[in-house]
Amino acid sequence: MLVTGKAHKVGAHIDTDAIIPARFLVTTDSAVLGANCMEGLEPGWVKRVSKNDILVADENFGCGSSREHAPIAILGAGMPVVVAKSFARIFYRNGFNMGLVLLEVGDGVDKLRDGDKLEVDTEAGQIRNLTTGENVACAKVPPSMQELVDAGGLVPYVKKRLAHKQQGA
Amino acid sequence: MPHNLAQKILQAHTDEEITGSGQIVTCRVSLVLANDITAPLAIKSFKGMGAAQVFDKDKVALVCDHFTPNKDIDSAEQVKVVRDFAREMGVTHYYEGGDCGVEHALLPELGLVGPRDIVVGADSHTCTYGGLGAFATGMGSTDIAGAMALGETWFKVPTTIRVEYTGQLEPFVGAKDLILHLIGRIGVSGALYQALEFCGPVIDALSIEGRMTMANMAIEAGGKVGLFQADAKTLAYCAAHGRTGDKVLKADPGAEYEQELLLSVSGMGPQVACPHLPDNVRPVDELKGLRVDQAVIGSCTNGRIEDLREAAAVLKGRRAHKNVRLIILPATPKIWRQAMDEGLFSIFLDAGAVVGPPTCGPCLGGHMGILAGGERCIATTNRNFRGRMGSLESEVYLANPAVAAASAVAGEIIHPGKL
Repeated sequence: MLVTGKAHKVGAHIDTDAIIPARFLVTTDSAVLGANCMEGLEPGWVKRVSKNDILVADENFGCGSSREHAPIAILGAGMPVVVAKSFARIFYRNGFNMGLVLLEVGDGVDKLRDGDKLEVDTEAGQIRNLTTGENVACAKVPPSMQELVDAGGLVPYVKKRLAHKQQGA
Repeated sequence: MPHNLAQKILQAHTDEEITGSGQIVTCRVSLVLANDITAPLAIKSFKGMGAAQVFDKDKVALVCDHFTPNKDIDSAEQVKVVRDFAREMGVTHYYEGGDCGVEHALLPELGLVGPRDIVVGADSHTCTYGGLGAFATGMGSTDIAGAMALGETWFKVPTTIRVEYTGQLEPFVGAKDLILHLIGRIGVSGALYQALEFCGPVIDALSIEGRMTMANMAIEAGGKVGLFQADAKTLAYCAAHGRTGDKVLKADPGAEYEQELLLSVSGMGPQVACPHLPDNVRPVDELKGLRVDQAVIGSCTNGRIEDLREAAAVLKGRRAHKNVRLIILPATPKIWRQAMDEGLFSIFLDAGAVVGPPTCGPCLGGHMGILAGGERCIATTNRNFRGRMGSLESEVYLANPAVAAASAVAGEIIHPGKL
């Protein structure tokens, strides 16, 4: 997967109430959630985002509630990848389950500035900063997660498992 | 290899051999949970998976507790989706009305969770059941849909931080203070991806309710689970709530721990988490004089009968300050009735409190106590993220029920012993 877009940088411990406040949780519509992405961080934040832009965060991104509305809101806002120093555990599962690619790069995040143009190559395990010319290495997606991504997310993965079960029965 | 408690429970639910942390194992689950916010998404995924039936209609719990009693048309529509699904699947444990309470207070009360269980829930505070010795953890809706369909899910075997509490608890200091103190010390990502295992004489002496309060906030340190080894108290609690056949599972001698912390609580006063993260913890005395506009007593953290008794002991014969809205939400119908029968409501009403129905409501800024810009609330809830209870310009301070009650009376944050 190759994504090129502008970096939008946020801080540490960005919680799910910042990503999508609870008052928007009366819907599961990705367009509506996307239009309110980061509304708990700064009203109108999402207006800066263009399709295929990349969210860049400090440590523990996505901490807080288990709401899957958070990765859906990020995807709905047009951002297919989040690069962070580290992710909160539930958010990490949710991201992959929803088809949002999450790259944990540790202190490499410090080489990425707000507004830099980035090229993310998940297969090569590399983030190229096209603005500064610097590269940041990222670990490849873990095999168990790759299996999910290859299947197209958790929904098709379980669908396949259920079909196998039925054949076996 | 010798297993710690987390590994021991996971091993009891898988045919694969657990050989260390970091390993990914598939485990059978004992109970799968979702609520009115997360179930609609789970149901969408469940249908998308082509699943026709839940794996076991007695092992799925759907609790509509967040925006209920339904606050608006959209939330009513969401609950309708959950209700229709529950009927279609014949789900035994569906709750939305007079039998409904805050999920993590309700399920233990119904005897649906116990030691050695693996519980997965589409709610981050599912870790509460660690107080009963269950490996219980929050996940997203689609993970929960998969678990509802298959009756199993994958786990990465976590490393464990063992936390031992020693010393003597001071008056007005309890479970909430023990966990806030720890979060303040290790930080909101201090246990990221890890299990917390609590032990020591202070823990042994703690009630099951208190252990659930602590386990509840394991996630606020980033933890996957907050585990307490089951003991005679746990078994007595389970038996009193209609369970049979529960057994105690112990960590093996020589089990591996990533980190061992020893915390002495002697001389420690009540703790308060200041805005806007649960690890911004300070002793209550340092915050004295900070004006509050609202006090909320309730939630999956501190809405149990013990918590209400603690608040009542402070409020008895006193009134909330005229500038403070005091909102008390018993977490389940059973707790509500118990509080009523014990005469606690007279104390609360005499104190000028609003006593509301069981609901998560204000904790997540849902309804029944939303804050305006510039307002400050002291709450017995679990999160104080910016905007959590309403306006982005409002503030939430997290404390134990006695501190919240005392602060409501004083109109400012105060140590209950200094009221």
